Amino acid sequence: MSPATWPRESPLAERLLVVDPRCDCTEERRVGDLAAYVRAGDLLVVNDAATLPASLQGRTASGASVEARLLASRDGSWRAVLFGAGDWRTRTEDRPAPPVVGEGDVLTFGGELRARVSGVSPASTRVVTLRFEGDPDHFWSALYRHGRPIQYAYVAAPLALWHVQTPFASRPWSSEMPSAARPLAWELVLALRAKGASFAAITHAAGLSSTGDAALDAALPMRESYEVPAETAAAIARTRARGGRVIAVGTTVVRALESAALPGGGGTVAPGVRDTDLVVGSSHSLRVVDAIFTGMHEPGTSHDTLLQAFAPRELLLRAFQGAQQRGFVGHEFGDSMLVGPGILSVLTS
Amino acid sequence: MELRGAGAIVTGGSRGLGASLGSALAARGARVVLVARERGPLEETVARIRAAGGEAHALAEDIGDKTAIHRIAGAAAALVGPIDLLVHNASTLGPVPLRLLLDTDCEDLERTLAVNLVGPFRLTKAVAGPMVLRGRGTVVHVSSDAATSAYPRWGAYGVSKAALLHLNAIWAAELEGTGVRFLSVDPGEMNTKMHADAIPDADPATLADPADVAARIVAQVQS
Repeated sequence: MSPATWPRESPLAERLLVVDPRCDCTEERRVGDLAAYVRAGDLLVVNDAATLPASLQGRTASGASVEARLLASRDGSWRAVLFGAGDWRTRTEDRPAPPVVGEGDVLTFGGELRARVSGVSPASTRVVTLRFEGDPDHFWSALYRHGRPIQYAYVAAPLALWHVQTPFASRPWSSEMPSAARPLAWELVLALRAKGASFAAITHAAGLSSTGDAALDAALPMRESYEVPAETAAAIARTRARGGRVIAVGTTVVRALESAALPGGGGTVAPGVRDTDLVVGSSHSLRVVDAIFTGMHEPGTSHDTLLQAFAPRELLLRAFQGAQQRGFVGHEFGDSMLVGPGILSVLTS
Repeated sequence: MELRGAGAIVTGGSRGLGASLGSALAARGARVVLVARERGPLEETVARIRAAGGEAHALAEDIGDKTAIHRIAGAAAALVGPIDLLVHNASTLGPVPLRLLLDTDCEDLERTLAVNLVGPFRLTKAVAGPMVLRGRGTVVHVSSDAATSAYPRWGAYGVSKAALLHLNAIWAAELEGTGVRFLSVDPGEMNTKMHADAIPDADPATLADPADVAARIVAQVQS
């Protein structure tokens, strides 16, 4: 599927592919039509993580060029995936390998940021833990001045921070935009609320889509942090009690909510801040989430694997290929999918 | 609103009313991020608040700079958590001594609008979405009687404050029922550098103390 190469001006006019495994059928609409599939009493859960300026260009002590793509950790350190010389204009898989660094090495980023390597992953020397110097005020000011949004070679031009924030962006936890919520303009959100649906948030530190290392890519998604606020856990319990559906906006929300599911809790979740390495796929029995609103996910990617918890692979493949033929576009500025059993029956019920 | 533990951003926070608001909010338990262009005075204000036992952070940014907005919103939320209170206190008079509209450069009007109107719009846009999602939050616009009275020589400033007053009203109308409040407050004439720049021969004894005005605004926020 061709990528959308730049943010588009009218999110509600972007295309929406609706996939219902119960009737083994699909529909094509516009994002602005989402209200047709959402019932009073449904709860839409979004990821309210803002997107970090997580790409830092820097140098090792010997002067070698390195790019660090940061992943938030809960203990104040940062994990980072390192890339060699160059930037987003080169496809990640074509980037030169990063210089090999070891524990204790210092990396400098611009004139203001210095970090010491405090760990190297046994899985790959590209994955390191960094400890930045300076107090939090200095660190965050410098990160926001020097860092740039992570982006990929299919995007037409350098992205600004505002291009990679969803309408709900609050604390900067995400390395890449949790993009499923991007097209949810407030006009649509308020219309869905007026219809009787409600919204709640989790915060999930969305990680990297691509590391430039085939073995690492095969193991994506990495361990990620998430928070389920008490008020969101309560909103899910209320939704369950009244027979409403929980609709996840994005794969990160599915990962967080399914990780937080209370055993024997009837689809409810435990509030709190945790890490997860849960991989959701066809063998995962969904306990909390009934349907997902998300981007167009290429067959074979980890996001597509997650969708197979909602619909059979064959149906997803058929739907995706049909959408591709009809000009849907993919990636973070692309079109959207709504997938869930019975999602199309709302229109006929 | 409950201020204990609340995340707050105050623009124009290095001196005058902004610094007093920062102190008053921190004294009531808010986690405060002060924003101003000049790093030196800003860090001095933050140091004073911390010395008094409050939590405050400094972000040296220019609210009139489009590229600063998401830097402010992102770094502030990283430092103090989700933002519950946003106080648009920063403003510029434009060139001083104040001048007639016929003598005002178009670029000076643009710059005044960028700081006093467009910057606050941009920052609210970046911060109010999560407030609506959580169903709570307060946005304060610091206004002026120049918003409603057409004082000669106060053209650029007056136009910007009139527009800011209307911006506050439209935000409030559009987000009514969401739990997010919009307040416009006129602090009156205060003994500040800005007032001295505008009216150099004013008698400071006749002007309000910014700390007293800050206490009044904070009480309004808490109500």
